[in-house]
Amino acid sequence: MLHLVISRLVSLSMTLLFVSLAIFLILEVLPGDPAAIMLGTAAREDTLAALRQELGLDQPALVRYLDWIGGILHGDLGTSITYKMPVSTLVAERMSVTLPLSLLAILISTALALPLGVAAAARRDGPVDRAVLVFSQMGVAVPNFWIGLLFILFFSTHLGWFPAGGFPGWGAGIGPALQALLLPALALALPQAAVLTRVTRSATLEVVGADFVRTARAKGLDRGATLRRHVVPNALIPVTTILGLQLSFFFGGAILVENVFNLPGLGRLAYQALNQRDLVVIKDIVLIFSGFVIVVNFLVDLGYTILDPRLRNRA
Amino acid sequence: MNGPSPVLSIENLSIGLPALSDRQYAIRDLSLTIEAGETLCVVGESGSGKSMTAMAAIGLLPPAVSVLSGSIRLGGSDLLSLDEEKWCEVRGRDIGMVFQEPMTSLNPVMRVADQIAETFRAHRILSPADRARRVVELLAEVNLPYPELIARAYPHELSGGQRQRVMIAMALALEPKLLIADEPTTALDVTTQAQVLKLIDNLRRKKGTAVLFITHDFGVVAEIADRVAVLQNGELVEQGPADVVLNNPQHPYTTRLLAAVPSLTPPPPKELRNEPIVLTVEGLRKSYGGRGLFRKSREVRAADAVSFDIRRGETLGLVGESGSGKSTVGRCVLRLIEPDGGRIEIGSLPFGSLPQHDLRPHRRRIQIVFQDPFASLNPRRKVGYIIAEGPITQGVAPDRAFEEARILLEKVGLPAQAAERYPHEFSGGQRQRIGIARALAMKPDVLVADEAVSALDVSVQAEILKLLIGLQAELGLSILFITHDLRVAAQICDRVAVMQKGRIVEMAETAHLFADPRDAYTRQLLAAVPGRTRLIDGVQNR
Repeated sequence: MLHLVISRLVSLSMTLLFVSLAIFLILEVLPGDPAAIMLGTAAREDTLAALRQELGLDQPALVRYLDWIGGILHGDLGTSITYKMPVSTLVAERMSVTLPLSLLAILISTALALPLGVAAAARRDGPVDRAVLVFSQMGVAVPNFWIGLLFILFFSTHLGWFPAGGFPGWGAGIGPALQALLLPALALALPQAAVLTRVTRSATLEVVGADFVRTARAKGLDRGATLRRHVVPNALIPVTTILGLQLSFFFGGAILVENVFNLPGLGRLAYQALNQRDLVVIKDIVLIFSGFVIVVNFLVDLGYTILDPRLRNRA
Repeated sequence: MNGPSPVLSIENLSIGLPALSDRQYAIRDLSLTIEAGETLCVVGESGSGKSMTAMAAIGLLPPAVSVLSGSIRLGGSDLLSLDEEKWCEVRGRDIGMVFQEPMTSLNPVMRVADQIAETFRAHRILSPADRARRVVELLAEVNLPYPELIARAYPHELSGGQRQRVMIAMALALEPKLLIADEPTTALDVTTQAQVLKLIDNLRRKKGTAVLFITHDFGVVAEIADRVAVLQNGELVEQGPADVVLNNPQHPYTTRLLAAVPSLTPPPPKELRNEPIVLTVEGLRKSYGGRGLFRKSREVRAADAVSFDIRRGETLGLVGESGSGKSTVGRCVLRLIEPDGGRIEIGSLPFGSLPQHDLRPHRRRIQIVFQDPFASLNPRRKVGYIIAEGPITQGVAPDRAFEEARILLEKVGLPAQAAERYPHEFSGGQRQRIGIARALAMKPDVLVADEAVSALDVSVQAEILKLLIGLQAELGLSILFITHDLRVAAQICDRVAVMQKGRIVEMAETAHLFADPRDAYTRQLLAAVPGRTRLIDGVQNR
């Protein structure tokens, strides 16, 4: 088990290093002048030169890369050109919106999908199953920003229950902050919940037919106990795979939803940085997103070994 | 039956199959009784309804199947009138059940101890601490070594035989009146099978359990049955004491089944001394595992200095238990997997040392027939294409290849029109015929049959063996016949090589090997063949 954790940690660090190198190469070394990208084609040569010096672009690539990575290891992400403030402050501020938003969405999604999927499979072709299939079909078909717009139209404009957008900040109290995050989290969660419901349903159906479920019934376990103790723990293994893939989508999906709901999160920061060609910010955000995906995959791998003892002896 | 009232009595039971099935009844008008301490074997081929009988007795019939009429009584109480809640009380407590597949019948993510303790839990018997103690006792009772360790293990850490012992411990945990065992030893090696049969028999004697034992194997019947009931297409054709049914069967179907059971006495040997040697294997080696950054190197030698040769028209049997390396040898000889070392020659061709590119045109010279007739044919291709595909890739004109496929189908006992149909339209035995036709289409010198009849019912098995022997005589094929079943090997092999842990421990002419086994392991294998004492003699005497 320890071997497994260590070997996964090693490969995780290697992947992170490789990703940072790729980001750096694409943004700074490939042909094209970063300063010209930032300032546009109409920029004057002396302005460009000043920017190059400010960004340290006059130094060799290797030195710039090591500076960047070394800074990150010390918590220094550089300074944004457009915001004129440290990227770390900027990111931390935005993270306080995006992280709760993603977590809330994950919570809603799994809390919906797991019980619905299992209930649908427990009574296959029954009324619950049919309703769940319709729900998941719709959820898969409709994109999250469109759901967001419909929510704003109905719950905010029509009923007036929720703010139509914006974020009061955590300083305004937990209540109002959560109220502002709930609709966007729902919009983010529903399509993913639909996919996860389907996966849960088919994984459960597969396990229901397994020989060991028949064994459990032959021991005298009733349907409910068989489902709880034998079916669900086994069905969770494939569900975890999909959930792991989805976690990165939640983070990425925040870009769209934060823009629809006008939330000052990381996704919106990424969008603005792209518009303003703020390469320093873009570079850091891409690395943060990639790092998040890699760490999530690591956690999912560990999750597997908890769920499935057959994987524990492998390294 | 006089004496005490039976533990289980089934009277005039009929079970209906869903509409569109190939017959209306799974079981028709079946009556059976089992008394305390008695083993009743229900015997039949696949589709005879024997497993349906077992599932009906424990109230776990599939939803589409239902009891139409009749009664099932357990110690006087009517089981068919029970509601689901009452059924849950009966299952596990009054009736224990052991299934066929030890690999899949235990929950892979739950410790063995928890799975056994669950039986007590479901019936609210004993405190958790007492359950844990009782679990270890039960594991010791089924003769598992280190019961405390096994209790903490997960199923994948145990062998097939160990898992089946766990299943038996679980089924007998609450000392039920009736034990239902549905083909409990079919997936096990012969030596393990012999041990598990003995275990069930001992527990029955000690606890006075009534045993309903479902099997397709008359050898197993001879080993364990007090009485036998023979099922054919859902109907009981014969019932009686084991010795009577085995030695003096009344119904023609029983007679036919018994005659199809292969005996350990081989047919007279063929004269092969003047035939040329077609396949030579010398010093073949293959190991698995043993690499990896963090992995402790645990190398398994699947083939270790394996040497043999086969003459034209000869069949060499490669016999051994699972994990002995017999399939690895077969696959290395075909070069489906690459051997680590050794020489393989077909005629004068250095088949084992050809580089991949030069190998391809010569691949036709050695072909394989697989074990699983269901998984080894592409379900999306017509049979004619499956057979012709090989020759076409070797450069034969498609028209001619398809024409030859039709001729081959007739040669293996199927109509030529079968070429236009898909594999799922055929039975297991017919598919195995297709598999043989596919192999023969390449006009091979050597045929490797890897457990080619192991998945088939005995009567079908006998037909396929006959087909292979006939084709061999006609085409002069050399056959490497891989099997775990000594009885099958006796019927078809001129010589037999016994494998254990990657090595050939003994190789001799079949009659010679069975009459005078030299190696201790060969003797052990022969002794474990089920029904040796009671059945083989009886069959021989008829």
